[in-house]
Amino acid sequence: MSLIRLQNISRRYQMGTETIHALREVSLEIQRGEYVAIMGPSGSGKSTLMNVLGCLDSPTSGRYELNGTDVSEMDDNELAEVRNREIGFVFQTFNLLPRSNALHNVELPLIYAGVHADERRQTALTALQQVGLGDRVHHRPNELSGGQRQRVAVARALVNQPSILLADEPTGNLDSKTGEEIMALFEELAQKGNTIILVTHEEDIARQARRILRIRDGLIASDERLERKS
Amino acid sequence: MKLLLEMVEGLRIAWDAIGANKLRAVLTTLGIIIGIVTVTLMGAAIRGLNAAFLTSVSAVGTDVFFIQKWPWFNEEPWWKLLKRREIYLADGHAFIRKANPHWHVNLQSVGVRTLRYGHNVATGVFLVGNTETAVVTDDLSFSAGRYFTAAEVEGHRPVCVLGADVARNFFPHGQAVGRRVRIDDMAFEVIGVLEKKGKFLGIENLDNTAHIPVTLMGRGFTFFPGIRIAVKVGGLAHLEDAREEVRAVMRHVRRLPPTDPDDFSVNSLEAFIQKFTQVSRIIGGVGLFITGLSLFVGGIGIMNIMFVSVTERTREIGVRKAVGAKRRAILIQFLIEAAVICLLGGLIGLGLATLITWGIARFFPATLSLPIAALALGVSALTGILAGFLPAWRAARMNPVDALRSE
Ligand SMILES: Nc1ncnc2c1ncn2[C@@H]1O[C@H](COP(=O)(O)OP(=O)(O)OP(=O)(O)O)[C@@H](O)[C@H]1O
Ligand SMILES: [Mg+2]
Repeated sequence: MSLIRLQNISRRYQMGTETIHALREVSLEIQRGEYVAIMGPSGSGKSTLMNVLGCLDSPTSGRYELNGTDVSEMDDNELAEVRNREIGFVFQTFNLLPRSNALHNVELPLIYAGVHADERRQTALTALQQVGLGDRVHHRPNELSGGQRQRVAVARALVNQPSILLADEPTGNLDSKTGEEIMALFEELAQKGNTIILVTHEEDIARQARRILRIRDGLIASDERLERKS
Repeated sequence: MKLLLEMVEGLRIAWDAIGANKLRAVLTTLGIIIGIVTVTLMGAAIRGLNAAFLTSVSAVGTDVFFIQKWPWFNEEPWWKLLKRREIYLADGHAFIRKANPHWHVNLQSVGVRTLRYGHNVATGVFLVGNTETAVVTDDLSFSAGRYFTAAEVEGHRPVCVLGADVARNFFPHGQAVGRRVRIDDMAFEVIGVLEKKGKFLGIENLDNTAHIPVTLMGRGFTFFPGIRIAVKVGGLAHLEDAREEVRAVMRHVRRLPPTDPDDFSVNSLEAFIQKFTQVSRIIGGVGLFITGLSLFVGGIGIMNIMFVSVTERTREIGVRKAVGAKRRAILIQFLIEAAVICLLGGLIGLGLATLITWGIARFFPATLSLPIAALALGVSALTGILAGFLPAWRAARMNPVDALRSE
């Protein structure tokens, strides 16, 4: 059974009289443990696809099975629960809570999962240690570097042990050296068996994944599997 | 359990958010503050008045009627009442002769006089002329000595009974009975001292007084030639019948033809109490109106600031939804924030009200009660929740993608 199974997924936006086709009948399968990079020109529908995959957005039509359950017809609250359990999201702009420290930011998904304070704290600490920030837990986002912020975001995405890690241009706001550090972290996570899907504009970043999907005008233009580098 | 966690998180967020905008929160909550101050002060005033009034009234008793030229509460234009005849001592005696033998009738006359003992002077003493029945009608008790007798009243004996304050003023070491004090130019023998009574409505001192036989009051001791007739009918049953009987006797004394209106008034504490209740209801009503209005205005302010808060934190809402916050969690978060802001206002209001109550309690009876304070806080929290609902609902229903994309 595929972890992700999209069948004829479309996402349309109505702008006045004009209809924008962000995704056109996309069909796609991703297996557990895959490491996928999505590429494509600006406005081609990458973020739209990521949002649908991450259950942040619902497709206009088509069927989306995640882990064997149909999520395309779910309502707001059910989707929130799926996001909480199955999805870890990393954004280009980090999206951390500015007034909360790293620890509390990472605890956030656990709060909405109903985990108790002690256990929550412990789990969040472990996640922060995993991304190498065990000594920065009480820093607020504005007291951290860009790379450290993105690590906090990765820790937050991983803390619930989700089925999928989704990252929409995670290195987009970082310089290339820090970007590589984040990519090294992803490589490590992929080797541990995590399912990772990331969007990027940079060919050499995409090359670090095992599979590259190219999107153009809301359609999948190519689906390329890479040979594992030695 | 999950709900509790969400509420704790909501409290924490509310605290952070308010902490980041302290001044704004306090300004927003001004309406709530005013509302809470009004409601608690009104409550305190009414409570204080009631307590003072009841203790004062219970000293006299509601089964006492006062026959007077003037009504306590004016039903008729005053110029018509002006034509009424004065009630003189002779009318009083005539009334006593015709009165129901079960009644206790006291003839009273009042004035304000200066008392002297040696070099000590007491000015502004409330001088009361009474008959011996005052012990019953005014429910008097004594800390020393006795009241004057019927014989002393009829014999125009220059005896007097001092109020507690006057006695303590002249005779700080006791031993008032047997001494002679002067009222104007006349010497009076002190035969008794009244027990301390306190203040009427907390304002008028009831102990700065002296009683003398009413028969002596005519001799220049009072500005008003008239008297009032106090009738204690005994027993609270059939008060209205008793009032009619008192009225009939007085009409008889006055020899009024049946078609003429009364040329006197029969006053009683009953009417006073009714009037008082009415007044305190009006105070309460006005207070509630002002409270309601300011809470409403305050609520609008809260709603407005919560809309601002929701807009400012759209991205945060997006983040929370992205990591799994359901609508309920977001709703609770903003409701708690609104409630906390309002509670803050409620607490500030209560603090102010406590200070004000404490200040006015020196010259006006007022006490703040715990139930009123609790009610005030409850009402302010409720205002917050009601006013915060619309903004919170808007936040809860936000689409996560749109929320995350907002600047
Ligand atoms: N909320 C929206 N309303 C209207 N149109 C939208 C909305 N979101 C996306 N679109 C449109 O859908 C198309 C796909 O947008 P999307 O954000 O997925 O592009 P992208 O591939 O992520 O681009 P980029 O590389 O610049 O991030 C674009 O034409 C965009 O204008
Ligand atoms: Mg994009």
